[in-house]
Amino acid sequence: MQRRSLMKATALALVLGSGMAVAQEAADDQITIGVSIPSATHGFMGGLNWHAQDTIERLGEVYPNVQFVLSTAGDAAKQVSDIEDMMATRDIDGLVVLPFESEPLTAPVAAVKEAGKFVTVVDRGLSQEGIEDLYVAGDNTAFGRVAGEYFRDNLEAGSKIVVLRGIPTTLDNERVEAFQAALEGSEVEILDMQHGNWNRDDAFAVMQDYLAKYPEIDAVWAADDDMAVGVLEAISAANRQDEMWVIGGAGMKEIVKRIMDGDKQLPVNVTYPPALISSAIEMTALHFVSGAPMVGRFIIGSQLITPENAEQFYFPDSPF
Amino acid sequence: MKLDLHILGPLVALIALIILGALLNPAFLAPANITNVLARSAFIGIIAVGMTFVITAGGLDLSVGSMAAFLAGIAIIAMNAALPGVGENWGTILLGVGVAILGGVVAGLLNGLLITQARIEPFIVTLGTMGIFRSLTTWLADGGTLSLEYGLRTLYRPVYYGGIGWITWPIIAFALVAILGEWVMRHSRFGRHVEAIGSNDRVARYSAIDVNRVKLMTYVGLGLLVGIATVLYVPRLGSASGGTGILWELEAIAAVIIGGTALKGGRGRVWGTVVGVLILSMIDNILNLADLVSPYLNGAIQGVIIVLAVVLQREKRAADER
Repeated sequence: MQRRSLMKATALALVLGSGMAVAQEAADDQITIGVSIPSATHGFMGGLNWHAQDTIERLGEVYPNVQFVLSTAGDAAKQVSDIEDMMATRDIDGLVVLPFESEPLTAPVAAVKEAGKFVTVVDRGLSQEGIEDLYVAGDNTAFGRVAGEYFRDNLEAGSKIVVLRGIPTTLDNERVEAFQAALEGSEVEILDMQHGNWNRDDAFAVMQDYLAKYPEIDAVWAADDDMAVGVLEAISAANRQDEMWVIGGAGMKEIVKRIMDGDKQLPVNVTYPPALISSAIEMTALHFVSGAPMVGRFIIGSQLITPENAEQFYFPDSPF
Repeated sequence: MKLDLHILGPLVALIALIILGALLNPAFLAPANITNVLARSAFIGIIAVGMTFVITAGGLDLSVGSMAAFLAGIAIIAMNAALPGVGENWGTILLGVGVAILGGVVAGLLNGLLITQARIEPFIVTLGTMGIFRSLTTWLADGGTLSLEYGLRTLYRPVYYGGIGWITWPIIAFALVAILGEWVMRHSRFGRHVEAIGSNDRVARYSAIDVNRVKLMTYVGLGLLVGIATVLYVPRLGSASGGTGILWELEAIAAVIIGGTALKGGRGRVWGTVVGVLILSMIDNILNLADLVSPYLNGAIQGVIIVLAVVLQREKRAADER
């Protein structure tokens, strides 16, 4: 028994050794880019995962000499291990990382940078400035502001609205603060703000309670399309569809479709495209295959999706 | 008859919560709100009744939340796949119902066999299957959300929202499951065997109880109830994703313990579990209705009430033993 496991271990070491040798050889003319993102735990991340895989597949065909290593992590600790593994066993030349959390990922990503690799940070910044070569992100402040401005411009004075917040994070705070700032000075009153955690079921329960608590609600900022689905269901169960409209966010395909069809309950939506990971991967690949400068900060604006322009935001193949 | 405060503890807590809720916001006692709270409790409630048997027999099941997500996922896939062949009618929906319930029984059987035949600790087995069901769901959904076809949804929707007056079907199903569960626990041979195994599994074996079979049946029963809960859950939003049913297992376990069932097994109280479930969902509802504290602290309030409910019971028990 013991001897057999010893033999197994030897065999394993041989395989690993030869594998590494191959990787080493390939490294001379091959470019390897590591991509580390959080796993698909909710709709938006699901979309982001899909766009990451889609982009990698497409770029792999366009640039045969560029290889990609994709890993998804359920928590910050796993993501740190993933990045360490990429450095140790895959000998990456560049890293595209969407940090699960800023603090714990800062030191490991800084170590990648110190080893002379090209580092692209996506969406959530690191807690120290100046580590990354390229920063690609959505604009959370604009996300809140664009929604807030729509409420300000389309509601009469004295209107009452309710807000659903996401998982308590800096990102959620930035959005909500910008939303409140945009409403400042208008006569629109925010009745309540509770956490729906970017989750359909939680949003459904929170909205049911809002409906029980407030006899008059003129509009809802659901702030996320998964939450908007739960909110819409709660409203129709209470039979109050005609009283209020709902603004979600991020551009989920089902919601964009309904805006395209001119649904009165869903007049507009605000983008926060999960495809921003595609921009990041593509720009990182371009850094290696072309001489074009790809360093700096690239902020993807949040746009208002209206029935007129909805078609260009509709991706029927994406899971989100 | 001596009034046992220890047994009535959870009920007293529930009544106190109801009075508190009514004082804080008159909307709390409106029929619409009561329907909401009861219907929302139904999923966890039905699962928690099954969990009462598992825990009473000295077991544990951490996989129920992921299992519900997985069952919802395969039921939706089955219904969408059957739509072109069977058409947009109750036949398709019954097929989905069958898939969910049969899937639940098979999943419960899997947990139960690994625990009784392979003799692995229930905590480890169900921790494993929890991860398996969760990732299978995410994989089936391709990281996104599985949605039921629109026409089928419209047809299936009344199963959650409809009912007899304001008593909707989930509430009726929850009540039936609770009454049946209470009867089985108190008055059937199976219920007595479950309690006997939980209090001393060796003595139970010497008393000619087929311990493995009874344990296996508790897991199968729980799987069946998760299937039933799923059947009621799917028509609510018509979708399932990797985020469905997260932490349901802990809510179900917490409800069972608040209700007075011993976590170490041996003493099961189904009606207590029902009270525990209602306490948990009422806390949520009251916090949303009342603006008592910053929403950041909702979890903390829930935690305090759970611990308090169990502490009260422990003191009483120590007094009994003295």
